[in-house]
Amino acid sequence: MAFLELREVTKRFPGVVANDRISLEIDRGEIRALVGENGAGKSTLMKVLSGLYQPDAGEIRLDGRRVVIDSPRRAIELGIGMVHQHFMLIPRFTVLENIVLGSEPARGGLLREREARRIVGELCQKYEFTLDLGARVEDLSVGAQQRVEILKVLYRGAEILILDEPTAVLAPQEVRELFVNLRHLRDQGKTIIFISHKLDEVLEIADRISVLRRGVLVGTVRREETERAALARMMVGRPVLLELEKGPYRPGEDRLVVEDLTVPGPGGRPAVRRVSLRVRAGEIYGIAGIEGNGQSELVEALSGLRRASAGRILIGGVSVTEATMRRMRPVTEGRVRRARPVAEGRVRRLRELGLAHIPEDRQRRGLILAMTVWENGVLGLHRSPSFARRGWLQVRPIKKHAQSLVREFDIRLPGLDIPVRNVSGGNQQKLILARELGREPTLIVASQPTRGLDIGATEFVRQQLLRARDRGRAVLLVSADLEEVLSLSDRVGVMYGGELVAEFRPGEVTPEEIGHYMLGGRARATEAAVGGTRGADGAGGTGGAGGGVGPAGGTGGAAGADGGVRGRGGAGEAGGTGGGMA
Amino acid sequence: MVSELLASAIRMGLPVLLAALGAVYSERSGVVNIGLEGMMITGSFWGAVGAYYAGPLAGMALAVAASVLMALVHAVVSVTFRVDQIVSGVALNILAYGAARFSSIALFQKATMSPHVQGFTPISVPGLDQVPWLKPLVTNLSPLVVVGFLLVPLSYWVIEKTVFGLRLRAVGENPLAADTLGLKVFHLRYAGVLLSGVLAGLAGAYLSVEHTGMYVEGMTQGKGYIALAAMIFGNWSPVGAMGAALLFGFAESLSFRVVESAVVPYQFIKMIPYALTLVVLAGVLKRTRPPAADGIPYEREEA
Repeated sequence: MAFLELREVTKRFPGVVANDRISLEIDRGEIRALVGENGAGKSTLMKVLSGLYQPDAGEIRLDGRRVVIDSPRRAIELGIGMVHQHFMLIPRFTVLENIVLGSEPARGGLLREREARRIVGELCQKYEFTLDLGARVEDLSVGAQQRVEILKVLYRGAEILILDEPTAVLAPQEVRELFVNLRHLRDQGKTIIFISHKLDEVLEIADRISVLRRGVLVGTVRREETERAALARMMVGRPVLLELEKGPYRPGEDRLVVEDLTVPGPGGRPAVRRVSLRVRAGEIYGIAGIEGNGQSELVEALSGLRRASAGRILIGGVSVTEATMRRMRPVTEGRVRRARPVAEGRVRRLRELGLAHIPEDRQRRGLILAMTVWENGVLGLHRSPSFARRGWLQVRPIKKHAQSLVREFDIRLPGLDIPVRNVSGGNQQKLILARELGREPTLIVASQPTRGLDIGATEFVRQQLLRARDRGRAVLLVSADLEEVLSLSDRVGVMYGGELVAEFRPGEVTPEEIGHYMLGGRARATEAAVGGTRGADGAGGTGGAGGGVGPAGGTGGAAGADGGVRGRGGAGEAGGTGGGMA
Repeated sequence: MVSELLASAIRMGLPVLLAALGAVYSERSGVVNIGLEGMMITGSFWGAVGAYYAGPLAGMALAVAASVLMALVHAVVSVTFRVDQIVSGVALNILAYGAARFSSIALFQKATMSPHVQGFTPISVPGLDQVPWLKPLVTNLSPLVVVGFLLVPLSYWVIEKTVFGLRLRAVGENPLAADTLGLKVFHLRYAGVLLSGVLAGLAGAYLSVEHTGMYVEGMTQGKGYIALAAMIFGNWSPVGAMGAALLFGFAESLSFRVVESAVVPYQFIKMIPYALTLVVLAGVLKRTRPPAADGIPYEREEA
């Protein structure tokens, strides 16, 4: 008999059936994967299981007995523990405090710290978790934070662990470590429900895989009996293009040059340290790395939202760094205009130079949620003579413009007059994309452009970025999704601790090696190569130099042809590699 | 002379200290309490009322009860109904001013002051009062001064070492995480706000019953706001708040003494504590770290 059984569980929200009569049987000591697109109903189902939602119909049976899970507290009493995708941790608290919070060992209201330390220490030992209990959570790596989350659940005596997209934020090595931990837990009799949309991982870790699509359970398969393409078909309901169409790689001139850029972070400590990179017309330069390693600050500096403390940024050959901008006179149509000394006009200047920005947080920075679709469509263009006359908005042309954006980018809306707040996430992102790409920029800075989007919208966004590249735009892509970076980019840089620790072309290095960089490992092959290439913009010569070093460091066969891992722009230009990317 | 100045600083700083300690409880639970000023006004008035009719102890009790009632309003409005905490607090301040005036007319037939009231019998620390240079510090003390300074280590201990303190801090840092762990976020925030009501009430009562011997309209002189500043300056910790409160007390007692010398125009001297507040806040804000969820109403995800 199944340990956990869901019978015809149904959950409705206004307008949608999020879970439509879902029945599942999960055995004790099983790792069960639950896969499906965004909006397929995975999270809803898990919220039903963890007591956050009440099902409208159906029942849940645990160990043969019917149970009603009416609160998270009840769920944990029943031994069901949820490890949330966004960690529910208190950064300022220690590991120990985070774990025991809510069911602290205490005597007379006084926290018994030694007792707590003993209990948690034993748990760590039993399940082979390595953690410093006295460390503050904010100082831990993401992987370690996740272990804290899992321990929190184990400390409360969970028999069933639900992990919601646990690998989304981890580097490959950390994923492997997590899987080791999960297998260990399973072998000790714990039941694990693993939610994901990364098929490779699911195929690696799960015993059985259940697929949800639009709220309906499509089927459950054993891992041995399925493969990637079949799962993808089940998920989406149609064959999926796993490969993206990409034109030949024909890089042009430098559109963005970043030299030794240092950017202070929120606490004043540098979040970006001496980063140098160049992005050329007709290429996508991807920045990989675990979130929080300076990517956001780099993008903010590039888009004029954060002041750099040192270094230079050149867009289309024009220096736009704060210090230089103050003195510099922007050249427009050969005429010298008055310099704008204040930071206020900076972003505007950057946009005039052809910068388009697709921000990481689309709801806060990409759109004004309370404003309508047509108003959002003209943001940033509202000064142009076709949309404004003497300070008065020309509503009709603006609406026409919005209409054409909506048509061109296939944005699905009930109307232009609704607030953007009421538009789905995918269509919000499409609107931003339409606005930013619609003004024919020369440089596109896209940060986490597909985060939280469903497969359809993700495909669309990626195709638009590739199309922009094929049309000769320069694209800087920052994404926490390594797969995305590798599949879209022509060149990739890895950021760790604010530094660009490696630079290579996709296919040149193994995922393990990339993971090594993401976790702070230095580019092994490259120290010598950098010496050879730094500062040298020439193509052939540097490529050759890098090529000589690459194989010696063991970066793989491809490196020999393309140049060392940190080719620094020189490598890519080494003739002959251009067409090789298709 | 120095110890006399210090003793004066302690007397001046005490109401700020008490209210700042209250603010620590409230803010560590995630609720900004700008209504401290109003709670102090309420405390000062009802403290005088209680003391006038039934002695200082009754004054304290009445002050605390009235102030807690104000705190309860703040909690209901800003925790349960998630109204902006600043708006709620400011509204309370206005309400407290009007209510005190109204009640004063009703009870004493005077809008702006009460009759003279009797405070506690001052106490001295036995033994230490024989040391001459300590004398101003340890003799003729209001019992509330002793209570106030005992509350500092007590509050530290409660916040840092007890289960209640841990949970209080947890809801101030990440109420959602606390909620998923089964903590009662709303109860804890109520506790934080009500405790600040207790302490702000005592602070107000000290002003009228102990310090002045009567209620005078406007006698709090913005001390509630200064207490808030002291708490921030003290980085949301009881011990830090004490240091800041003493600093403000010192500035105030200094301002009294300098007036006597009459070198600088009196109005400028009067500004010292307030100017100090501004300077301190402007200079120190960057280095402090408020609870992560301070000031943000917690909304439970609706199923």
